[in-house]
Amino acid sequence: MDYVLLVEQFLNGFQLGIILFLMAAGLTLVFGIMDLVNLAHGSLFMIGAFVGGTLVIVTDSFLLGFLLMIPAMLVIGIAVELVALRTLYPRDHLDHVLATFGLILFFNEATRLTWGPEGLIVPLPAFLDGSVAIGLGITYPVYRLVIIALGLAVAFGLWVLVARTRIGMLIRAGASNRTMAGALGVNIPVLFSIVFGIGAVLAGVAGLIITPITQAAIGMGEDVLILAFVVIVIGGIGSIRGAFIAAILTGVIDTMGRSFLDVFLLLFLPENAAESAGPALSSMLIYVLMAAILFFRPQGLFPPRGAG
Amino acid sequence: MTALRNPANAFTAIVLVLFAIVPFAAPAIGEPFYVIVFARIMVWAIAAVSLNLIMGYGGLISFGHAVYLGIGGYTVGILAFHGINSAWVQWPVAIGLCAAISAVFGAISLRTRGVYFIMITLALAQMIFFLSVSAEYYGSDDGLNIFQRSDFGVPGFSLEDNLTMYYTILALLLGCVFVSWRLVNSRFGAVIRAAKSNNTRVLAVGVSTFRYRLTAFVFAGVMCGIAGLLQANLERFVSPDMMNWPRSGELIFMVVLGGMSTLFGPVTGAFVFLMLSEILAGITIHWHIIFGPFLVLVVLFARGGIAGLLSPRSARE
Amino acid sequence: MFRKLMGTAAALTLLATPSLADSIKIGFVTTLTTPAAIIGKDMKDAVDLAVESMGGKMGNLDVEIVYGDDEFNSQKGKQATERLVLSDNVDIVAGYIWSNVLLASAPVVLGADKILISANAGPSPLAGAQCHKNYFNVSWQNDQTPMALGELLNQQGVKSLYLIAPNYAAGQNMVAGVERTFKGTVVGKDMTVWPSQRDWSAELSKVKAAKPEGIFTFYPGPAGPAFIKQYQQAGLEGQVPLYSVYTLDSISLPLFQKAGMETVLGTKMTQFWAPDLDFPQNKKFVADFRAKYGRYPSFYAAQAYDSIFSIKSAVEAVGGDLKNVDGMRAAMRKADFPSVRGPFKMGNNHHPIQNFYERTVVKDADGNWTTAVGRVVLKDHQDPYASQCKMAG
Repeated sequence: MDYVLLVEQFLNGFQLGIILFLMAAGLTLVFGIMDLVNLAHGSLFMIGAFVGGTLVIVTDSFLLGFLLMIPAMLVIGIAVELVALRTLYPRDHLDHVLATFGLILFFNEATRLTWGPEGLIVPLPAFLDGSVAIGLGITYPVYRLVIIALGLAVAFGLWVLVARTRIGMLIRAGASNRTMAGALGVNIPVLFSIVFGIGAVLAGVAGLIITPITQAAIGMGEDVLILAFVVIVIGGIGSIRGAFIAAILTGVIDTMGRSFLDVFLLLFLPENAAESAGPALSSMLIYVLMAAILFFRPQGLFPPRGAG
Repeated sequence: MTALRNPANAFTAIVLVLFAIVPFAAPAIGEPFYVIVFARIMVWAIAAVSLNLIMGYGGLISFGHAVYLGIGGYTVGILAFHGINSAWVQWPVAIGLCAAISAVFGAISLRTRGVYFIMITLALAQMIFFLSVSAEYYGSDDGLNIFQRSDFGVPGFSLEDNLTMYYTILALLLGCVFVSWRLVNSRFGAVIRAAKSNNTRVLAVGVSTFRYRLTAFVFAGVMCGIAGLLQANLERFVSPDMMNWPRSGELIFMVVLGGMSTLFGPVTGAFVFLMLSEILAGITIHWHIIFGPFLVLVVLFARGGIAGLLSPRSARE
Repeated sequence: MFRKLMGTAAALTLLATPSLADSIKIGFVTTLTTPAAIIGKDMKDAVDLAVESMGGKMGNLDVEIVYGDDEFNSQKGKQATERLVLSDNVDIVAGYIWSNVLLASAPVVLGADKILISANAGPSPLAGAQCHKNYFNVSWQNDQTPMALGELLNQQGVKSLYLIAPNYAAGQNMVAGVERTFKGTVVGKDMTVWPSQRDWSAELSKVKAAKPEGIFTFYPGPAGPAFIKQYQQAGLEGQVPLYSVYTLDSISLPLFQKAGMETVLGTKMTQFWAPDLDFPQNKKFVADFRAKYGRYPSFYAAQAYDSIFSIKSAVEAVGGDLKNVDGMRAAMRKADFPSVRGPFKMGNNHHPIQNFYERTVVKDADGNWTTAVGRVVLKDHQDPYASQCKMAG
C-alpha cells in the first residue's frame, strides 16, 4: 500500500468533508432553530456558486469575489426568507416540503434563464491553480488545501459565533425553547431572518469554493443536499459539533471507498464481478453507514447534550 | 346520488366515467392517443393512492416512494429478460420484493422524524436508483425492453390485448382504492391517523405506533409495486428514470393536488397533474416555470387540494 | 383533444381556399426543456437549416416538421412519440438523443409500420438482435467512436491506460468500446457515480500513483470542464496525455475558451465527423450554420442535418408517393444522399459503415477554439453488432 496515495486520499476525503460540513451546519441551524424543512437549501448552494462565480469573473479577483459574495448571500437569504418562507412557519411540514420543492424548480429555471443551461466556469488565479509539494514526496493541488483551510476557518468562526457571542446565545436559546425565548423578549422573527441569512451564507460559501473545481451547474445543490442530511443524521440532529465530525467521517469513508474498495473486492471476487460491484457498492457505502447508525444508535453519534 | 351534488364527488365521478369510456370514446373522435395517456394516468393514480396511505392519512412524507415503481417494474423486466414471462411468477416475486425492501427501508427511516425522515427515505431510494444505473447487464439507464407482457396462461385473457391491459389497470386501480378505504376505516387505520395528529398521545395509550406505521409503510410499498409492474407491462419498458427522486416529488404533488386523506383525491390529483402537464407542454416550452409557482400557490391557498376547493363549505373539515 | 378541435375548425375554414400542395409531415423528437435542451436546440437549429436549404420542399412535397419534447425522460419521450404517430399522424419519425428514450419509443413507430431514423442514439440492441427493417441510424453505433479511440491509442504507441468514465450506459459503452480495440494494458478503471459525482480527487490521485501513459475519459455536458479542470489541478497536464470522446465539442469548447483553459488545446479524440471535414455538403452546412446562428455546429447538429437529407433522398426516390414505404426503405438503405461526412454505406443492420478520424483541439484562423481533423483511424468501420442482426440488408 502506497503511503503517498493513502495520505492523498485522506486529504481528499477531509476536503470533501469540509464542504459537507458547511452545508450541514447551515441546515442544522435552520432546522434546529426554525423547525423549517427547507429543500431549497441546495438552491442556495447553487446560487452562491453562480452569483459568487459571476462576482469573481467581474472583479477578476477570487478573493474580492468571495468577500463580496458573503453580503450578497446574506441579502438573498433574508429576501427569500421574508418573501417566500415567512408564511410557512405556522404551517405543517408537508407544506414546507411542497413550497420549497416548488422553489427549487423556480430557482433552477431562473438560473437557466439568467446564465444559460451550460453552467458557469469560474477561473482561478494561476498561483492557486496547480499542485504544490507538501513534504514526504507528496504533491497536492493548492486549491484543495485552500478549501481545507477556509473550511476550518469558517468552522472556527461558527463555533465562536454560536458559543461566544450574544447572537449565538440567542440562537442557542431559540433552539432550546423558542416560546420561552420569545416570552423573554427575544425578537423571534428578526432572529429567524438572521439565522436563515447565516445558513444562506454558509451554503453560498460551500457553493462558491467548490465551483473552481467542479464548475457551477444547474441542479448542483440537490446531490450535496442529500449527503448533508445524511451527515446530520449520522452526527446527531441539532449538534454542530456532531455535524463536523460526521462530515469529516463521511467524506473520508466515501473517498476511501472509491479509492480502495475495488482493490479490496479483487481479493475474493473474479475481476469482472469486482469491476461492476466496486462502483455500485462504493456509491452505497455512505447510505449503509447511515442505516447502521440509525439502527444501533438512532440519536446519532454525538447528539447535543440534553437531547434524546 | 345526493353525494354527487358535492362538486368534489361529481368531479371524481366524471374522472372515473372518463376512465371507463375512453377506450371507446377516444378512437370514436379520432384520438386513439388518449387511450394510452389515460392508461398511464391510471397507473400513476395507483402509485398516488399508495402514497396517500402513508402520507395523507399517516402524515409520513416519503420522498422516495417512486422507488417501488422501479422495484415492481424491474422485477418484471429482469424476469422477462431471463425468459420468465409467467405472471404467476413475476407478480408474486415483485410484490414479495417490495414488501421486503419497504420493510427494511421503513424500519430504518421510521427511526427519524420530520425533515430527517423525508431525506432518509430519499437517500435510500437514491441508493436503489444508483444500483440500477450501475447494472450494466440489465441495460443500466438505457433500460430494458419487455417483449412479452405478463402471461397468465388463461385462454381468452391476455395482457397483449391493449383493451384487456387497460381494463386490468382500471380494475386494479379500483381494487387499490377499495383496499385503501377498508384499511383507513379499520382499527389499524384509526391508529395511523391518530398517530399523525398526536403521536405522543397514542404512545401514552400503550400502542406501538412504530409497528403500525411500519405495516402501513409495507402496504404502501406493495401497492406502489403493483403500479410498477403494471407500468412495465403497459410501456413494455423499464428504466431507472422511472424511480428517481423527481418522480417521488411528482407523486407527492399529485396526492396534495387531489386532496390528502381523501379516498379519491390521489386519483383526481394524478389526473389533473398529468393532463395539465400534457396540455401546458403543447402551449409553451417554458411551462416548467409556470408549473413550479402554480404548485406552490396550490399549497399556500388551496388547502385540501381539489377536493377541498370543490367541496361546499359545510363538507370541509 | 383541444388541438384536434382547433385543427378541425382550421381545416373547415381552409376548404374555401384552393387545395394545398401535398406535404410530408416529419416528427422530430428531441430535448427541448431541462438543461439538456442545449443539445436539442442544436439539433432543432440544424433541422430548420436543412429544411430552409432545400427550399422547404422534398421533391414536390411541402415539408412540415413537428417537434416533440422528450423532457429528458423515457416515459415522456414515448408519450411525445405516441402523440406524433397517433395524434399528429406524421409520415416519418426522426431524432432521439438518448438511448433510453429511443428504446422505449421505437416499438411505437415500428409497430405503426413507419420509418424511424435515429439522429443520435445508437444503442446496441437496435444494431443487433432488435434490428428492424424500418429503423435506420444516420449517426453511429455507441461502441464505434470509443473503438476508434482505442485504435488511435495503439497508433500513438500508448502501452498503459487509465480509464475514468461515468457509471451509466453511455459511460459503460465508451469504456467497453475502448477495451475492445486497445492492445495495451489497462492499469486502472474507475466508473464514477453519475450524474452526482463532480469531484474526482480520489480517482485522479489513483492515476498519479499508477503513472499510466495515457488517460481516457468521457464526461459529457458540464461535467467535462469540471473533470479537465481537476486533471490540470492535479498536475497531470503534461505528465499523462488526455484522450477523450464526446467531452470536448462545439458546445463545450466555447466555454473552455471563455475560461482560458488552455489545457485542452492539443488533446485528441476520435469521431466520424468534424466541422472541417472536406466534403462539399459539409462545407456548405458549416458555413450556413455559422452564418445563421453565429456558432460552430456540433456533431448532434450534423447528424440531424443528415437525417433530413436522407429523408429527402427517400422521398425523391419514390416520386413523392409516401405510401410506397418499401421504396423509401430501399432508398434509405442505399444512403445515396449528400452527407456531411462524405459518401458512406449502410450496413445490413441499417447502421453507417464509415470512417473515424483523429481530431485535435486547435485554434482556428479567427482565434476560436475548435477541432481539426487528422488522419483516418478506422476506415469503413462497421459496428460489432451487425452480425447479430438477422436482416440480410
